Amino acid sequence: MTSDITTPFYQYILDGGNGLTPKEDVLYGVRQDALARFRTLGLPDLKTEAWRYTNIQRVLKEQPFVLQQQALPVTAAQLAPAFIPELSCYRAVLVNGHLQPELSELPAAKDITISKLSEATQQKGFKTFFDKHPHLADQPFAALNTALFADGLFIELKANAVLDKPLHIIHVYTLTQHAFLQPRHLWIAHPHASATVIESTLGLHNDAVAFVNSVNEVVLEENAELWHYNIQNAVQNSRYVNQTAARQETYSRYHHYNFALPQATMIRNNTSVALTGSYTETDLHGLYLANGNQHVDNHTFVDHLVPHCNSNELYKGVLLDTANSVFTGRIHVHQDAQKTNAFQQNNNLLLSEKATINSQPQLEIYADDVKCSHGFTVGQFSDESLFYLRSRGIGAEAAKHLLVNAFAFDITDQVHIPALQHYLTEEIRTVISN
Amino acid sequence: MLTIKNLHAEVDGKEILKGIDLEIRKGEVHAIMGPNGSGKSSLASVLAGRENYTVTQGEVNFDGKDLLELSPEDRAREGMFLAFQYPVEIPGVSNINFLKTALNEIRAYKGLPAMEAKEFLKLTKEKQQLVEFNANLMNRSLNEGFSGGEKKRNEILQLAMLDPKLGILDETDSGLDIDALRIVAGGVNKLRGPEKSFLVITHYQRLLDYIVPDFVHVLYNGRIVKTGTKELALELEEKGYDWLKEAEVHV
Ligand SMILES: Nc1ncnc2c1ncn2[C@@H]1O[C@H](COP(=O)(O)OP(=O)(O)OP(=O)(O)O)[C@@H](O)[C@H]1O
Ligand SMILES: [Mg+2]
Repeated sequence: MTSDITTPFYQYILDGGNGLTPKEDVLYGVRQDALARFRTLGLPDLKTEAWRYTNIQRVLKEQPFVLQQQALPVTAAQLAPAFIPELSCYRAVLVNGHLQPELSELPAAKDITISKLSEATQQKGFKTFFDKHPHLADQPFAALNTALFADGLFIELKANAVLDKPLHIIHVYTLTQHAFLQPRHLWIAHPHASATVIESTLGLHNDAVAFVNSVNEVVLEENAELWHYNIQNAVQNSRYVNQTAARQETYSRYHHYNFALPQATMIRNNTSVALTGSYTETDLHGLYLANGNQHVDNHTFVDHLVPHCNSNELYKGVLLDTANSVFTGRIHVHQDAQKTNAFQQNNNLLLSEKATINSQPQLEIYADDVKCSHGFTVGQFSDESLFYLRSRGIGAEAAKHLLVNAFAFDITDQVHIPALQHYLTEEIRTVISN
Repeated sequence: MLTIKNLHAEVDGKEILKGIDLEIRKGEVHAIMGPNGSGKSSLASVLAGRENYTVTQGEVNFDGKDLLELSPEDRAREGMFLAFQYPVEIPGVSNINFLKTALNEIRAYKGLPAMEAKEFLKLTKEKQQLVEFNANLMNRSLNEGFSGGEKKRNEILQLAMLDPKLGILDETDSGLDIDALRIVAGGVNKLRGPEKSFLVITHYQRLLDYIVPDFVHVLYNGRIVKTGTKELALELEEKGYDWLKEAEVHV
């Protein structure tokens, strides 16, 4: 997998992508299937319903990419800015998708297996779950990732294991030239296991553009519980297509938080959950804070396949400058999925007349005994609130910051680790005061 | 302390204040009464710097400064405080955090360091007791879900915390039960002093039994049509405003 492609890579793949998947690779068959699937699905364009508001072809054509798949050296000092102050945690550092054990502080192997995905292909968990998530099948970028990924993180929480500290995964990207990167992860929480995982990003590439097409399959077996924070705080020359596809078995609880922050130029998240067991709890919380020319597109999908599941979704957006955002919230309640509770809410704060938001709920409900709701709001600062704060001596800037924090509060308040909550509040402050 | 000369102001092109003259000296308490819609809250808003009001004529001097030149926050930092007739609710901003931010911004303006946590707590506790403010409300979102009376007490608590030179109370008594009225008025009286002035807007003479004013003014149709002492409030309570309206028409 060392082929570099300097002609526009997508054309190359559409032409067959010869030589991209070497025959000696254990996943050769899987990859060939995925390539074929990608060719059938094709690259989405503006006529593709799910990509109407995100012109992904234009983003891909901005410059030629190489399929850079190696890690470049990164020092401990370079890593430090990515740490979350006061957070006591384990740490897994990935450089261009490759785990770097010498930069990481991994938990003891007693309760949890953390390894390179490339080294896990013989594991039972891998064989059972890899590339099996039902929502990936029709996703062209997921197919591309399966065909081309070099590595990623394999996490397996053993049954009954309770991780005593959060695991902070730092995705470092460092490039020599414009590159298309495809990290691939598989996390499995076996029955009754629980953990908190925080992902964040450190971009060390300045001029080179990183297009990151990542896929993360998350499996929660019976009664497992996972807090999953994904903080997308990349550098300017980054474009992201990020698919997090979770599945939940009976009584499992999945709390997903997405924080899309500056400055990646484009972020597209496909966050989807397949509820395959009953009595599950699912939280999808999102905060997108976009400035400059950022484009942030959140596609969420909650698939209620069985009865008695609860899903609760709240996405909030704060848009500055000429930022652009898209929210699509799909909820599918299958005919069998009686006694479903599915709630969805998307609220936006537009702080500039030039910022835009497109929001659409997609509710497909085929069961009759369910409770579902959705809502959408878009608003500006209330002049009344702003005046009230200023009349107490609080400067206009500080007042705006208080009000943005107040707006984001529903989300930040849900963050169950104080150090992380503080870190996020500070990140928001930095964005607003610039 | 405050000198208003020939103040005219409009909102959405409609003239609301039509030439107000008022002088409040240090230590004085002035009351403004007047029928609904006469411009009492508008006067308070213009003084506090609400941006949808445009001053078209006149001047306001606040303790040696040209008040109309200052931003709303600088007016507050210079020692002006408006207790709102309708305090806004701000979900997500905690009452205590709000107070701390306000206090420290005012201190920073005066070149003072931020107040130590311990000192801040002590001050909060003391002022809370002054207006018998329910401590549970401190950690709640600012005014969110507060009862009418709790909101008004919160305004006075803020006034007590921020210690302004001039406190403007816009119908702080409306919505208060008798006990609350006594407590709030008692709080204000304790804050009175030779360096502090108050402008009390009210419809009820009752409040003025507790906060005894030096002067009472009647605002009607954007002008002060009568000024007197506390006896004027009693007279208004008895006779209403009609006799003054007639007087105004004849002017
Ligand atoms: N934004 C606005 N646009 C148009 N008219 C306004 C606006 N704000 C206030 N007014 C008008 O200005 C006038 C004075 O209002 P104001 O609130 O100052 O009265 P008030 O004396 O405080 O009355 P009340 O005793 O009912 O509190 C009213 O006629 C009101 O309708
Ligand atoms: Mg009024």
